[in-house]
Amino acid sequence: MSILADRETKVLIQGITGREGSHHTELMLKYGTKIVGGTSPGKGGQKVHGVPVFNTVWEAVEETGAEASIIFVPPKFALDALYEAVEAGLRLIICITEGIPVLEMMHAIRKIKVLYPDTVLIGPNCPGLINPGECNLGIMPGSVFKPGNVGIISRSGTLTYQIAYNMVEAGIGQSTVVGVGGDPFIGTRFVDLVKIFNEDPKTKALCIIGEIGGTDEEEAAQYIKENVDKPVVAYIAGQTAPPGKRMGHAGAIISGSSGTAQSKIKAFKEAGVEVAKAPYEAAYILKKMIRKNLFSI
Amino acid sequence: MRFVEYKGKKVFARYGLEIPRGIAVSTPEEARKAAQKLGGEVFVKAQVPIGGRGKAGGIKYAADPAEAEKRASEILGMDIKGYKVKEVYIEEKIDIAGEIYLGITLDRSAGMPVVILSAEGGIDIEEVARTKPEKVVRNHIDPLWGFHSYQLRQVAYKAGISEDLIGDIVKMGLKLYEIFIDNDAVLAEINPAVVTPERKLVCGDSKLEIDDNALFKHPDLAALNEGIEENTLEAEARAKGISFVELDGNIAVIGNGAGLVMGTLDSLSLEGGSAANFLDVGGGALASKVEDALEIALKLKNVKAVLINIFGGITRCDEVARGIVAALKRLKPSVPIIVRLAGNNEEEGRRILRESGLNIHIFESMRTAAINAVRFSREERI
Repeated sequence: MSILADRETKVLIQGITGREGSHHTELMLKYGTKIVGGTSPGKGGQKVHGVPVFNTVWEAVEETGAEASIIFVPPKFALDALYEAVEAGLRLIICITEGIPVLEMMHAIRKIKVLYPDTVLIGPNCPGLINPGECNLGIMPGSVFKPGNVGIISRSGTLTYQIAYNMVEAGIGQSTVVGVGGDPFIGTRFVDLVKIFNEDPKTKALCIIGEIGGTDEEEAAQYIKENVDKPVVAYIAGQTAPPGKRMGHAGAIISGSSGTAQSKIKAFKEAGVEVAKAPYEAAYILKKMIRKNLFSI
Repeated sequence: MRFVEYKGKKVFARYGLEIPRGIAVSTPEEARKAAQKLGGEVFVKAQVPIGGRGKAGGIKYAADPAEAEKRASEILGMDIKGYKVKEVYIEEKIDIAGEIYLGITLDRSAGMPVVILSAEGGIDIEEVARTKPEKVVRNHIDPLWGFHSYQLRQVAYKAGISEDLIGDIVKMGLKLYEIFIDNDAVLAEINPAVVTPERKLVCGDSKLEIDDNALFKHPDLAALNEGIEENTLEAEARAKGISFVELDGNIAVIGNGAGLVMGTLDSLSLEGGSAANFLDVGGGALASKVEDALEIALKLKNVKAVLINIFGGITRCDEVARGIVAALKRLKPSVPIIVRLAGNNEEEGRRILRESGLNIHIFESMRTAAINAVRFSREERI
């Protein structure tokens, strides 16, 4: 069993008729993801790669029994799509969209937390999640990953692919890979996923790929220090980034003295987490952990 | 998007916050005329969207219009933390009996905005926050609960604001929150909120930063800020949909995905080199975008090598390779080009590069690419 979703999870695609939505629906279907429907207001009744399209999420859930949704809707309309998915009762919502206004997203996350505490939102501005060999919910390139027992949690897309690629080269596969998103306010944070991975029997070790900005890494480190015995390796991107400059992701910015890579690395080291100095070191460290019998693959 | 002082103040004034009279000008001659209009005694203030102007010598007092002209000629053209001063704001001198700090920003870990108040405002607020943290009072604003007078009163009493000013601080704080929410700000700050000898509160400065993701909702704000683009290369990149930050090393970097690019910068540093920039072409980049990216990277000064690091997830390596070849054929750079392509269509990508007849150094692993980029950046070439 993998975390959050598996090959039986019924998935809905919001914005399925758009260029991105349609393209990734095709890729996800090929990977084996159980996509049962899509939505696009005004396009109900059509089909995209054989998947039925509905006008509303409510109708799609009613007809298909969808439990999870992936949002590919442009930023102007993404929040509406998110609220619709939450109210329709989907338990897992993955918001791929980049560029959603930060304050509105902050409001939405707060409301969901209070009014729908059981709903899991991943993202926005994230690549989604993949359970190698089972299902792919998002835009991660399936071919890069391989089934295994290391869980990956990341704020980045391509950097995750790079690190997973190095892991696979070293013979190490993944249990579940989750990209939490590069925005300052996200639905599921590192610490939430560390908790879930810690309880997942299939996951024997964790790889956390953080970056400058915010304090999510410090928060996760604190939790690991107190609760996690599984071996953990971390890499923090942006160790050489200057303060005050936004490094691509809306959330990747050092504000004043907060959000520095140094602070995150220190927190991880204090929690007994091994920290890679460059992305390609993460796989070496995992290999070393295997040699030392900290876990086995 | 960050506003310069006087444009931020324009927004503040729309909401009824008290601001001193002032005129923005771009020549010393205009500065003199502006000072005349404002009664002679003025401050000449550099308009750059970054803090620490005063300490950098960008804010000067002038006793009369002739002196204002002189000060303006000194400040115009100055470089303040990478921003060239193109405009100065001539502002009437106000008498200062006290300085208060009032700001609203976002607290990411709490997931909500936070209001910050200190009775010891002014240019040393960071110092106050470090040495006397109890003098800087914070209160979270739960968006579901809203922001109410009692919260501000509580903060004001805690911060030791004198009794006669509490009513005005509450009003100022509520207005600042309205500005913050209405305009999708990520930072709205008044430092100092000047207490005049008549015990009135006036905005001595403004800091306003708007969420770039929300600019589509505020075309008026985007228009108000036109022409204040910082670094010109950064502006050029933005116009082309490329995320770019100039750094001070000598290896130009191009990559796809913010995390991978940051990881590339870290790798160069680990291998003993340093990056000249951050440049992310984004996901699924087409050849034309890669070409634009190379064009921007090659405009950087002091570049000794270019490292292109692509991991093809959604992005196709052959598409990237075509962009590289087209750019190099057109721009004919004299510095070595190091390319690392992996992932989606990597072999086809590498074949295109090899068969182009161009002198491109191709590597398969990120580490060897980084090591070689550093090596090239150190070689003296004839």
